[in-house]
Amino acid sequence: MATTKEISIGDVGSRAGEFETELQGDTMALNVGPSHPTTHGVLRLMMELDGDVVKKCEPVLGYLHRGDEKIAESMTYNQFVPYTDRLDYLAPLANNVAYAMAVEKLANLEVPERCQAIRVLCCELARISSHLLGVGVYGMDAGAWTVFMFTFTEREKLYTLFEELTGARFTTSYTRIGGVARDIPDGWLGRVLEFCKGVLPVLDQVDKLLTRNRIFMDRTVGIGAISKEDAIAYGMTGPNLRACGVDLDLRKDKPYLGYEKYDFDVPIGVNGDCYDRYLMRAEEIRQSVRIIRQCIDQLPEGSYYAEDAKKIFAPQKAKVLTSMEELIQNFMIVTEGPQVPAGEVYFEAENPKGALGFFVVSKGGGVPYRLKIRGPSFCNLSILDKLIPGHYLTDITVILGSLDFVMGECDR
Amino acid sequence: MDTLAILLPIAFALAMISVFMGLCSYSVLAERKVSSWIQGRVGPNRTRLPLIGHIPILGNLLTGLGIFQPAADGLKFLFKEEITPGHVNKFYYYLAPIVALAPALTTMVVLPFGRYVDPNGVVQPLVLANIEIGMLFILGISSLGVYGIVLAGWSSNSKYPFLGAIRSSAQMISYELAMGLAILPVFMWSAAPGSEHGMSLFGVIEAQETVWLALWQPLSALIFLVAVFAETNRLPFDMAESETDLVGGFHTEYGCFKFGLFFVAEYAHVIMGSALFVCLFLGGWNFLPGLANPWGDGLFGTVLSVVWFMSKVFFMIFFFIWVRWTLPRFRYDQVMSLGWKILLPLAIANLVFNTLLIALIDTINA
Repeated sequence: MATTKEISIGDVGSRAGEFETELQGDTMALNVGPSHPTTHGVLRLMMELDGDVVKKCEPVLGYLHRGDEKIAESMTYNQFVPYTDRLDYLAPLANNVAYAMAVEKLANLEVPERCQAIRVLCCELARISSHLLGVGVYGMDAGAWTVFMFTFTEREKLYTLFEELTGARFTTSYTRIGGVARDIPDGWLGRVLEFCKGVLPVLDQVDKLLTRNRIFMDRTVGIGAISKEDAIAYGMTGPNLRACGVDLDLRKDKPYLGYEKYDFDVPIGVNGDCYDRYLMRAEEIRQSVRIIRQCIDQLPEGSYYAEDAKKIFAPQKAKVLTSMEELIQNFMIVTEGPQVPAGEVYFEAENPKGALGFFVVSKGGGVPYRLKIRGPSFCNLSILDKLIPGHYLTDITVILGSLDFVMGECDR
Repeated sequence: MDTLAILLPIAFALAMISVFMGLCSYSVLAERKVSSWIQGRVGPNRTRLPLIGHIPILGNLLTGLGIFQPAADGLKFLFKEEITPGHVNKFYYYLAPIVALAPALTTMVVLPFGRYVDPNGVVQPLVLANIEIGMLFILGISSLGVYGIVLAGWSSNSKYPFLGAIRSSAQMISYELAMGLAILPVFMWSAAPGSEHGMSLFGVIEAQETVWLALWQPLSALIFLVAVFAETNRLPFDMAESETDLVGGFHTEYGCFKFGLFFVAEYAHVIMGSALFVCLFLGGWNFLPGLANPWGDGLFGTVLSVVWFMSKVFFMIFFFIWVRWTLPRFRYDQVMSLGWKILLPLAIANLVFNTLLIALIDTINA
């Protein structure tokens, strides 16, 4: 029942204090998601609003939980590769590579240089693909639809390249333990260079539309600022961490795949706000283009898989049909899986979203005993309940967009 | 004679409503086509009418331009299943779209869109009702449009529409102030001292025969333009919809033709805003600034003046669309602070400055 409270207006200042709790009114509970345009997937936020200001925010996860880690225990190492596509589904190639590298580390296997270079190409193309979407969707979250369309057009070209390389546009499943599924097709490198040439002008256009746009800056500068200490304490990685001013890039600090051979810069932010996170991604695309160009320049000849790892990488089909030894080898790998010695290993790679880690425990044989995935999106999102309160409801869109998470990797 | 005197205005009014609604649906098409042009897409290009669409070359051309798309859109809205959510307040829920559209259609009554020379040789406006307080009428009626949004948000009995309605009503009320103050200098300059036709749109247009007011009063024009964007809930200010955080804003719970009415109302407001801007600042049907009107006295001249007026309006509609697909969206509190802290003081300063200037000129002349 509605009640009316009489408030006589005398000494307003002192009286307002008396009735403050009643004048304040109730807060409103607002549920955002799991199906909501802001949340880019199935993130759910339970919020308490005071007017338009968020007082409390509790992220609810798990709507995309598929039990990937458990599934891994019941299949061979190679069979799990398609599941890694579905982690960060905006950069499946990078996930494939990170997973294969983890298992190879356990098997103590070094892949040939050509294979490494191909994997670097894949990783950087995936990074461009992910960041193009990140920047585009971020623009869309701020209300600039056209940016999204511009970057998505480029992504479409990238998907065509992925299709030529792997046979699939989206779920690439390109790596195998000990190599990659197939060599680079003819003329593909030229088309990659062509794409690199085309993506930079688009970035400049995005730059013109957003970077110095007064409205965009009003929306993002100082919004969702994360301090260095918080970022480290919450285990953030990737561009989100670097935007806070922490110089951590696994490609530089713990080089894998021969990243030390390439000359590239790691952009570091200053304020750790939404604006810095946007700048970070835009610059990382440019740096990735640099790496790709160098990589294509010095792409070594040789084999695209570890030829001497007979118990890990399945032999060539032509040989399987003609030679007894290869037939047995193929049969064993297909039925038993790549033979990996007992032990445990943790490997993390610098993925577009942050450090994607795989912890693999093996008791020998072709099936992992336990596989744990460290999803960078999950750790990056953990700061939400600290970050969001105090911001306006509309800011949430921008903050979520700037964190650039993928629920596939968050919920696994 | 008496019957004719009654029937003729009704016929005019009906004709005008049909043209206006046609314009609304084609501005939707324009929005889709222009946005796709800006974004490197194609836009609607497949809807085909059985007979016209199959004329060999012309049919394909029209289909490619999406000329038949508005008809398909409208029919879709009409034939969709009429869903009324169970938790709404039915009366206001149904009333809201009507309240949203009606003011936009009502304001066009006083909108002059062309001129003709009557038998006595006097230039007259082509307008349904040439009332002397035209601008006041428009300001008064168009403010009612906010009720549609508030009612929709409130009657939907749901949180997202509610937030959208609150934001948009606050925004529309704040920007009306700046808008009203911005156009006062226009009338101060265009109307002769002591004139009884001070607030007539026709008078403003006639006064711009030599120089457009956008050139003479750029600040007023700018403030008015920004305020129109806010009043029509177009993108840098589309707090009411703000689809990324409020899903659909005030019309989240609306479907089928009720949603269609909101949709049409938005474009009706855009067209009215464009037409008003053209009337007040871009010289209405007057030819270019500094040049005499080349329109003749006959019927042909009348048609030319209407065409010239409409082309200016179309340019303004294009401008609205252009801005929408270029700029990001403001945050709600930024919209309010822009309105109250920047536009309103600017408008007041502009008003004071112009008042002093006019007083000075009058003193010197006297």
